[in-house]
Amino acid sequence: MYETQYHRATSVEGAARLMGEAEDGKYLAGGMTLIPTMKQRLASPSDLIDLRRIEALKGIKIDGRKVRIGAVTTHYDVSVNEELAKICPAITNLASHIGDPQVRNMGTIGGSIANNDPAADYPSAMLALDATIITNQRSVPASAFFTGLFETALEPDEIITAVEFTTPDKAAYKKFPNPASLYAMAGVFVARSGDRVRVAVTGAGENGVYRLKDAETALASSFGPSALDTLSVNPDGLLSDLHATAEYRANLVKVMAKRAVAEIANRPM
Amino acid sequence: MAKVELFVNGRAVTGEAEDRTLLVHFLRENLGLTGTHVGCDTSQCGACVVHVDGRAVKSCTMLAAQASGSTVMTIEGLSANGELHPLQVAFRENHALQCGFCTPGMIMSSADMIRRHPNGLDEATVRAELEGNICRCTGYHNIVKAVLDASDKMSKAAVKAA
Repeated sequence: MYETQYHRATSVEGAARLMGEAEDGKYLAGGMTLIPTMKQRLASPSDLIDLRRIEALKGIKIDGRKVRIGAVTTHYDVSVNEELAKICPAITNLASHIGDPQVRNMGTIGGSIANNDPAADYPSAMLALDATIITNQRSVPASAFFTGLFETALEPDEIITAVEFTTPDKAAYKKFPNPASLYAMAGVFVARSGDRVRVAVTGAGENGVYRLKDAETALASSFGPSALDTLSVNPDGLLSDLHATAEYRANLVKVMAKRAVAEIANRPM
Repeated sequence: MAKVELFVNGRAVTGEAEDRTLLVHFLRENLGLTGTHVGCDTSQCGACVVHVDGRAVKSCTMLAAQASGSTVMTIEGLSANGELHPLQVAFRENHALQCGFCTPGMIMSSADMIRRHPNGLDEATVRAELEGNICRCTGYHNIVKAVLDASDKMSKAAVKAA
């Protein structure tokens, strides 16, 4: 790792000020991507501004069906939140399957979505749940937040403070993890409210998370796994690497979508 | 340089380290606690797992400066009053190690796992929960047996105590 200067912020304002003073600073949350990247010398920020101990960024607030998750809330803390599990088990279940237990103990929702890894789990949930990403400067709908491969609408000094969403009637997330890295080779989050259905895909798109609108249309008229029988997922624009070709991923997307829909259709609540 | 203040295995320690120093190197080189191992150094193998504020983390993926102010437990802090921790006993009795390199991380991860599942564990859960720890000798079979054994004894002991 190249040399860096570590700073621990105690407030969002303080963190933004530290970033302003830094030559080439990076915000640090759980560090589950940033620190390995720095160790491999693929990133060399002059300054690290640690957000993890800022109280205002912690915790989960639930008000009826409105959910607010603070940016530095760990995957573990999301996964074990009983109140959240009652109203949106899809999100607690998603959090309980990110990476491995040690990653879940450190990794944060804010870090995951700010990094926007094309195989990360949370971006698909944000997009399918039509979540709002709250920053220290503004609120951005998820549909405008994820802009490309590892790219978001965030300005370099902008800090995610929380994500907010209204829980859907039903939702489910299914992924096919790479057995070595545990990252999704395809993951599909399906959310249904009334006859509105949103389907978001991670792990497969060359530009990161995206909505599978053909599946949404098919499911809006008839909700059930068989509604996707004739769905053809276009492999153009899907990732192709040593783990899976674009065609293979296209098929995985369809299978994961059907599994998620089947879970919703079979769940009593 | 960063000032690092930790409470390690029940002892307050203070030291100085470069800002980029990883927690695992601080533990091993500054504090001489070489029970925590560096295996892959790419955050995958889990040989470096310690508990920070009660939770299992990979100490090769956390800066010492990030951990400053925290309570840390390493494999050296697990036994109490000269007696091995039930997990250490179970690993010995179930032949859950061959070369032993991954063992400190396996045991620290398992201790966190048992804490989170106080009512007991099943094989599928143990295997899923050990996803962050790699062993190249045992094929995991005896490690899983040892964790189940320790979990069983610890949950029974907890019932007895209550």
